[in-house]
Amino acid sequence: MILAGLILIPAVGGLLAWFTERFNPARPKFAALAAMAAELLAAVYLAAFRSGSARFVVPWIPRFGITIHLYCDGLSLVLVLLTAFLGLAAVASAWTEINERTGFFYFNLLLTLSGVTGVFLSLDLFLFYFFWEVMILPMYFLIALWGHENRVYASCKFFLFTQVSGLLMLVAILALYFLHGQNTGHYTFDYIQLLKTPLSHSAAMLIMSGFLIAFVVKLPSVPFHSWLPDAHTEAPTAGSVVLAGLLLKTGAYGILRFVLPLFASAVRHFAPIAMALGVVSILYGALLAFGQRDLKRMIAYTSVSHMGFVLLGAFAGSRLALYGVVMQILCHGISTGALFILVGGLRERLHTRELDSMGGLWSAMPRLGASLMLFAMASLGLPGLGNFIGEFLVLLGVFQVSPFWAVLASLGFVTSCVYSVWIVQRTIHGPNTRGWNPPDLSGRETVVMAAMSVLILWLGLFPRPVFTAVSPFVENLRQKPQSSAPAPESGRTTGVSRAVRGRTP
Amino acid sequence: MLELLWIIPALPFAGSLFLALLGRKLPRRAIACLGAGSVGICALLTGLVAISFIGHTSSHSFTYTQTLWSWLDVAGFGPSVSLHLDALSLVMILVITLVSFLIHLYSTEFMIGDADYSRFFAQMNLFVGSMLTLVLADNFLLLYLGWEGVGLCSYLLIGFWYGEPQNGYAARKAFIVTRVGDTALAIALFIIFTHLGTLRIGEVMLAARDTWPAGSPIATVTALLLLAGAVGKSAQLPLQTWLPDAMAGPTPVSALIHAATMVTAGVYLIARTNVLFMLSPAALTAVAVIGAATLVVAGFSGLVQHDIKRVLAYSTISQIGYMFLALGVGAWSAAIFHFMTHAFFKALLFLGAGCVIAATDGEHDMFKMGGLRKQMPLVFWTFLIGACSLSAVPLITAGFYSKDLIIWKAYCSARGSVWLWAAAIFGSLLTSMYTFRMVLLTFFGPLRKNATKRPGWPMSLPLVVLAVLSIAGGLVDLPKNFGGGSALTKFLTRDLPSFVTAPGRAVHQGMFGVFAACVSLGGILLIELLMRSRMYEKISESPRAKALHSFWFSGWGFDRLYDLVLVSPYAMLARINRDDVIDYFYTGLSRLSRQGWRGLCATENGRVRSFVLGIALGAAIIIGLAVFL
Repeated sequence: MILAGLILIPAVGGLLAWFTERFNPARPKFAALAAMAAELLAAVYLAAFRSGSARFVVPWIPRFGITIHLYCDGLSLVLVLLTAFLGLAAVASAWTEINERTGFFYFNLLLTLSGVTGVFLSLDLFLFYFFWEVMILPMYFLIALWGHENRVYASCKFFLFTQVSGLLMLVAILALYFLHGQNTGHYTFDYIQLLKTPLSHSAAMLIMSGFLIAFVVKLPSVPFHSWLPDAHTEAPTAGSVVLAGLLLKTGAYGILRFVLPLFASAVRHFAPIAMALGVVSILYGALLAFGQRDLKRMIAYTSVSHMGFVLLGAFAGSRLALYGVVMQILCHGISTGALFILVGGLRERLHTRELDSMGGLWSAMPRLGASLMLFAMASLGLPGLGNFIGEFLVLLGVFQVSPFWAVLASLGFVTSCVYSVWIVQRTIHGPNTRGWNPPDLSGRETVVMAAMSVLILWLGLFPRPVFTAVSPFVENLRQKPQSSAPAPESGRTTGVSRAVRGRTP
Repeated sequence: MLELLWIIPALPFAGSLFLALLGRKLPRRAIACLGAGSVGICALLTGLVAISFIGHTSSHSFTYTQTLWSWLDVAGFGPSVSLHLDALSLVMILVITLVSFLIHLYSTEFMIGDADYSRFFAQMNLFVGSMLTLVLADNFLLLYLGWEGVGLCSYLLIGFWYGEPQNGYAARKAFIVTRVGDTALAIALFIIFTHLGTLRIGEVMLAARDTWPAGSPIATVTALLLLAGAVGKSAQLPLQTWLPDAMAGPTPVSALIHAATMVTAGVYLIARTNVLFMLSPAALTAVAVIGAATLVVAGFSGLVQHDIKRVLAYSTISQIGYMFLALGVGAWSAAIFHFMTHAFFKALLFLGAGCVIAATDGEHDMFKMGGLRKQMPLVFWTFLIGACSLSAVPLITAGFYSKDLIIWKAYCSARGSVWLWAAAIFGSLLTSMYTFRMVLLTFFGPLRKNATKRPGWPMSLPLVVLAVLSIAGGLVDLPKNFGGGSALTKFLTRDLPSFVTAPGRAVHQGMFGVFAACVSLGGILLIELLMRSRMYEKISESPRAKALHSFWFSGWGFDRLYDLVLVSPYAMLARINRDDVIDYFYTGLSRLSRQGWRGLCATENGRVRSFVLGIALGAAIIIGLAVFL
């Protein structure tokens, strides 16, 4: 029940926000804030009192074997926590930025968050695809309606990239569905059933590519990354935070949850290419980031570089690397989210994102300066901050499998250092040539930054709870690649799923 | 007392955090108390810990490990946050905390006029905390945390006055160049964990000794990667280029970087991982050769600088070269001894230079100074003591005992050679020359700029203490010939391998010592004569000397080389590819479809004639296809 609640709270909160706009355009943000606070509380409750695991099964369209099968294990839990936390931060970051059509804005924002939560919790492939679409459409509106100068181009590009790749995934899902149905006689979208589908090598490769393209475009990896800088740059701050902090993570989650367990042998076959793409993303993304003049675009490209570690680690086939990937997902969400909030704050104050017109802002805004410095350091992988744990574990894990790729990827330590110090230099260091004297972070912004700073430090120094949470998932994945999801635990749910399985077209 | 070990690194971290969060609201006096106080208590505690550690002399291989918390524990990879105290780390933390405290005390007055007083102390404290973590780390991952932490702090403090673009440049350069070395270190850690299954330093050393045969390629590769890391942090060839530019920071920062933290990290790393280097004679030889080459190269560059701090920077590179040379010939404890004496006299010299610079309104150019001897007697005398110690003036200075030991051991070691000895002795000549060139230009000759400020007690006291230590510091390792017992060497040999002498070379130590002493004194006399007789200026004005002068002045062209080979191409590539060549494919795709749309639109022109033509053509094609296929 709590899982359905986690998905519904933002959606209902969004509707409420839309509704309250009629009375007062300043009202929706409170509704949104309350909804996300409730979402975070619910997620924390799930983590603290339900030991983070839960399952929810209700038949939806039995004729086609579609169930509302929600499942939460450690992996989903940490991502849902991240979603709730970043959702709250995103709402807070939009507080003063969005003044037009506020109700519809928060409706879209919260619907996206609801879709993201759904993606992290669905174990039915049809449901998964449903939520996949739910998160894309409102995001399109967020960019197209509240974006900056070039928003129409950016939103179309975002929509086309994700939609086309999403359709390929739909084809792959259907192919898997029919193959499984033909082989076993009952047609179902249930992930646990589909895990047992025997696949010929070529079929596995084909179906895997369908999934993989959707996930890799979302991740994004070179050469499918070019939607990302446009979308990030043009999106409003809250949109960028959700986009970088969460939407990219759905791609990573998809690879971990679906691609690796469903197509274990095909994954091994494809691993060298994926790892190569990961390394290219790390280095090429860093190069692109270094060359940018627009601060937001620069940070967008750093995401390409960081998510390269995710692709590299996910396909390395080593447990250490998988732990690193999860850590990298979480920490990148927080650090890049924080950077986007800071850039949003800068834009609100200076009305520009151009690096050429910034500089020397630390003396005027010490709190912003210190936060920017901290998250720039997180982004270059400074030990003591969470991102280091992720990147180090990925590289260590990859090194055990393939020293060559690990050494090449290690060059990312240098390239990330180059762009990170460049960000610092062009914004808070250097001469303040334009004589900027903007106000420092407000109380609201300070609270957000403080929470994010504490979190990134905590993940860097005491990361064990995260690893404890995800270890069942990772250990299962490595031991029995064909049956990674645990069997339903309660008798009631087993009954329901059996009942569902009985009725096939 | 040993249980209090964790407080030693924790205090500076706490001070840093506190100052970073609340510093701007505190009065300057409180900031000074907090900033210097945290490190001061740290130094006191270190003293207490040292007493209680030395009290355990009954067991010869006594070490103390304190686990604070388990950092990670995944898939067999379980480094914890643990501190490890043994003879080597004890000597390191004693020197680090003592010298850092003196520098902090000095800074309370030196930086008093700066707007960012609290930020300065927050970052200085963080620097000390990181260095202590590095030295006390029980495993390589925690060491790496401290290692990167000092890199970060050097970046923050070199760029402390960030308003000037060149300061930012120097800071970035320091961070990125050392990061190159750090990456090599990270790769070394990957190898170590993959092959030996642990990152705990003690276990790694034992496992390496057991599983890796001496001279095996894997041991050599690992040792060379560790060396690359050390070379980056310790500013040795070929990654030395960042240190001369690091002068951009406030002078106490330079003192901290050069004397107590940062640059000695490389020396510590190699000493700490001595087992790996012993397994690979090739890597050990590389250490010695890099040290010897660096000390000569940097010596030449130091000889021609104008900026007083740059002379000191090159002298640091050169002196660390001596430490590398010592490590490379297996004189492990001699390297640590020289680290200690160097920390004293280099901190003294930097702080003295800081006084001079502050007194002459920020003048760095020695040619615009002069005659300050009378105006600043305390600074002059202490600076002179530091200079004597750096030049290894025989018998009375600490620098003599440590450097003489290295020069001698470069010859008599089983790994030594005449060439290494010759480089060391030549470096000693250069050292005396550039040091006293600096002293003569700054304190002697005509008065060019009046000293406007006299240092107060917070700046004077560190000078005096460090001057005493620069003289008396040699006593802790006084060799037998001078009536001592080589106490430090004995103490360190608990943890470091003992020195192996080459058969037949151990004779004539006295003669070698006298020769080395003559060389360092001769260097002082030579530069004195050259400068007094105006020969120095004459020589440096001949065209050939000028070319050489500018070559040395620019640090042997390394900057230009790296700029040409690495920096410019990368920046150019980034600039050219700003719009992402891959995106052209997608924009091309959209343009293509738009062109297609235009083309199809053009057919919809409303003229019946073209419609009829279209229908006819279409019919013809269909009929044609039907007939021919």
